[in-house]
Amino acid sequence: MASVIEPLVELRDVRKSFERKDVLTGVSFALRKGTTLAVMGGSGSGKTVLLRITDGLIRPDDGQVSLFGMRIERMGEEAMLPIRKRAGFVFQGAALFDSLSVFENVAYPLREHTRRSLGEISDRVHRFLSLVGMPGTDELMPAELSGGMRKRVGIARALVMEPEVVFFDEPTAGLDPTNARLVAELIATLRAGVCDTAIVVTHDVEFANMVADQMAILHRGRFADMGTPGEIRASSNPDVRRFLAGELRED
Amino acid sequence: MSVLASARRHGRESVAWYGGLGLLAVRAARNLRLPPSYLVIVAREIDVIGVRSLVVAMTAALFTGMVLALQTAVNMARFGAENYVGPVVALSILRELGPVLTAILVGGKVASGITAELGSMKVTEQIDALRAIGVNYVKKLIVPRILAALVVFPLVTIMADAAGLVGGMLIAVFDRDIDSYLYWNTISYWVVMKDFLTGIAKSVVFGVLITLIGCYNGLETTGGTEGLGRSTTDTVVQVAMAVIVSDFFLTKLFLLLFW
Repeated sequence: MASVIEPLVELRDVRKSFERKDVLTGVSFALRKGTTLAVMGGSGSGKTVLLRITDGLIRPDDGQVSLFGMRIERMGEEAMLPIRKRAGFVFQGAALFDSLSVFENVAYPLREHTRRSLGEISDRVHRFLSLVGMPGTDELMPAELSGGMRKRVGIARALVMEPEVVFFDEPTAGLDPTNARLVAELIATLRAGVCDTAIVVTHDVEFANMVADQMAILHRGRFADMGTPGEIRASSNPDVRRFLAGELRED
Repeated sequence: MSVLASARRHGRESVAWYGGLGLLAVRAARNLRLPPSYLVIVAREIDVIGVRSLVVAMTAALFTGMVLALQTAVNMARFGAENYVGPVVALSILRELGPVLTAILVGGKVASGITAELGSMKVTEQIDALRAIGVNYVKKLIVPRILAALVVFPLVTIMADAAGLVGGMLIAVFDRDIDSYLYWNTISYWVVMKDFLTGIAKSVVFGVLITLIGCYNGLETTGGTEGLGRSTTDTVVQVAMAVIVSDFFLTKLFLLLFW
């Protein structure tokens, strides 16, 4: 019997609107294990909404969303929790718990979902903080961190449970060029190790080229084109050409 | 036309608010069972809500008892019933003013604090971060606060009741020369356990209602820091209104059931 590898994430004709504004008008794609998909588009193109729908944080108005082979588009919040445990989400603003230290932020998923000893948790947290280039910052509070450091801690927190797929929401947005490059290099490095399957939402073409196997351009609520970075660069689709030339605007 | 449109929009928002509050109540009820490790959060909330509110509630109740005693003593003296100042003060405090004043004062403070905390978590995506980690935020953030309110509001109300009765006695004895024995004796003759318990039952309902409003407005906060300020002030007003309006219906219900 031939083995068919199920996609980890699959969206079919997903639609979403907010107060009569159509944000997504029919997005479909499938993401298989070992693939990183970069979803690109201008501000307000619906990239973040798409990522949130994929992780079940928002419900679509129409269409199908499968995560790890389970249909989640109409699943209740409580039923979604064990599924979300298997995915990591890196928020645009890092979304660190501001009353907890760096160590406690990264340890949080472990404390909630595992019965590991303090020593085991500590070892694991330190390993992931080192991985994102933040060793020795255990006691710092989120308010004491720079934007780039926050993103790194956010990435460590999303990866500490070794999720099967990671969703990155604009990981380089709002950072200075040096920090943006460092975060991009970090994500590119992580791909070879703990995070081989990911969806990265970004407007940064250079960054997408560094990390993605697949690229998609989101425009007017649907993918204008999708393919490998080479295919996208060679695409004759006028919207893709305009996006790559920095001339694509959302209405 | 614009007045009509505005009224329609306001009506729609009100329906959405009541509906949302009801749904949150249902979700909280479905998630009432907490894992043992979350009981620490309940204990911390009891400290935050209760201990820090006690002085406010008792001071307000003490002076309310004193004012009540002054007013009733002066006016009841006009038809020779000054000796009954004790029962009048006690019935007013135990059945109405103890639970209502405590709920409005402590509730406004507690609920606006909850709205501010949850609202700032909402606008900085920390609640979404909890959801993305796979944490049930209703169990983590809402239910512990409701359980704490179930403990704290009746206890603070009992303390406020006591302060109100003592306040009444201070005026009766020192200002109106009523014997303290007479004050307590008339209270124990005219006031029955039912009077006290209906007041406490009200405080339980108020506590849950107040906490739910605080949580719901926090979770529904949008629009950054400006939105946060708006939802916090909304909470103070809505809590006071909820207490006053629900007090009428609770009073009517208890009179029907227990009178």
